[in-house]
Amino acid sequence: MAGFQGLYSKKVMEHIRHPRNLGEIKNPDGMATMGNPVCGDIMRLFLKVEKKKSKEYIKDVKFQTLGCGAAIATSSIITTMVKGKPLDKAEKITKKAIAEALGGLPPVKLHCSVLAADVLKKAIENYRKKAK
Amino acid sequence: MKKVYLDNAATTPVDPEVFKAMKPYYSLKFGNASEPHFWGQEARKAIDQARDQVARFLGCKSGEIIFTSCATESINLAHKGLVEALSRPKAHIIISSVEHKAVLETCKHLEKLGMAKVTYLPVDKYGLVKVADVEKVIKPETVLVSVMYANNEVGTIEPIEEIGGLIKKINKTRRQKVFFHTDATQGIQYLDCYVDKLGVDLLSFSGHKIYAPKGIGVLYLRKGTPLIRQQDGGWQEYRLRAGTENVPYIVGLGKAIELVVKNQKLVVKRLSDLRDKLVKEVLQIPGTKLTGHPTQKAPHIASFVVKGVEGEAVLLHLSDKGIAASSGSACTSGLLKPSHVLTAMGIPVHLSHGSLRFSLGKSTTEQKIDYAVKVLPAIIKKLRKMAPKGI
Repeated sequence: MAGFQGLYSKKVMEHIRHPRNLGEIKNPDGMATMGNPVCGDIMRLFLKVEKKKSKEYIKDVKFQTLGCGAAIATSSIITTMVKGKPLDKAEKITKKAIAEALGGLPPVKLHCSVLAADVLKKAIENYRKKAK
Repeated sequence: MKKVYLDNAATTPVDPEVFKAMKPYYSLKFGNASEPHFWGQEARKAIDQARDQVARFLGCKSGEIIFTSCATESINLAHKGLVEALSRPKAHIIISSVEHKAVLETCKHLEKLGMAKVTYLPVDKYGLVKVADVEKVIKPETVLVSVMYANNEVGTIEPIEEIGGLIKKINKTRRQKVFFHTDATQGIQYLDCYVDKLGVDLLSFSGHKIYAPKGIGVLYLRKGTPLIRQQDGGWQEYRLRAGTENVPYIVGLGKAIELVVKNQKLVVKRLSDLRDKLVKEVLQIPGTKLTGHPTQKAPHIASFVVKGVEGEAVLLHLSDKGIAASSGSACTSGLLKPSHVLTAMGIPVHLSHGSLRFSLGKSTTEQKIDYAVKVLPAIIKKLRKMAPKGI
């Protein structure tokens, strides 16, 4: 009880109230599920990848999250950051960029952005393994 | 939008009557109670009156009441002050594993300083301490047993009177007396707090859970209990807590206690009925479970674990609907650890992740409960739908 020493930005609250790209993709090209061993949050990311002129793009992305406000907001925003982006650019998205895109996160919630970045990398990895 | 405040175990608003009693002591009757002149004496009189009010409520002497800044301070003073006063090579302290952080961290500190060794009492699945367990772990070096009256997270009422009786019995044949402290913060408003009946030597509580302001607390210290003050300075509070008295807050606390005495029976009945209704309705939602004891429970607390959702996310959505509640989930804890209370009760992490506490108070009505239980199922449904499937 009563350990929440931060304040969520307007942007974070926006994504908690109206998460973007929520749901699942049937027959995804890449998928990953990751649990946060620290707090118990679980995120899952689905990817649909498209090749244009031998370059791979994220055509569609969806997420499912069981977790706190920051977990929902970070997984929601990361989908908006990578949708339509080339894979090699998407996988370079850092936890810092995620937090910044949300107008900052309370320090105690920064680990949520780590989980979001990690689950994306793992979903891309999963796609590459499958594509081989 | 409707406003439904169901977080009264966190804090309560200042009662208008309390505020009214406090007001003259800011700019009008502002004297320093340590001065012999009229202004000082006016303040002294107000403090004495509040002290009498608290003493009558606890069934003790006025000289056994020390005003502090909050329950946390009272608890720090009680534990550290007693251990220091006894100056044993290593004092043994027994506390329950579901104590508030104020007790846990204070004891940890004493342990770190090498002044005490701490034994933690287990609790059952309802959060109850067994009296027999206390007896088992008392050692010749034991100087203090500290068990809370009502748990702040799940409301379970601990068997304080029984533990008090046991300690009294044990003390008859001991050289080193075992002192008994209870953190009564969540009990003051609703439970019998006569210190002789409870058999406690020290009792702590704060004002802000009983409609007095934040920033005032009480330590009851039974006559003859050794204590060394932890805040040095002037001679205030029987030389046990230095610092110019916070007169308006002390007056407010006295008034708040007066109101507790006046209304206790009615309030307990009213809130118990509303709480039972809330519990019944929430348990209609699939995947919810009541935490804490089903009956031996403070009337204002209803706590649950909800499968498949995270507590903070529920709180944020409730807040959007004008409802305030609380949670013991890891995500709300600051330390990112699930509630130690729920863990001690054997509740697994994936369930305490969905911890939810509603706590009722003066402003709670049947209509407000109806509104809360109408809104909650949709929020849980929405969040469950967001979660990854098959985990």
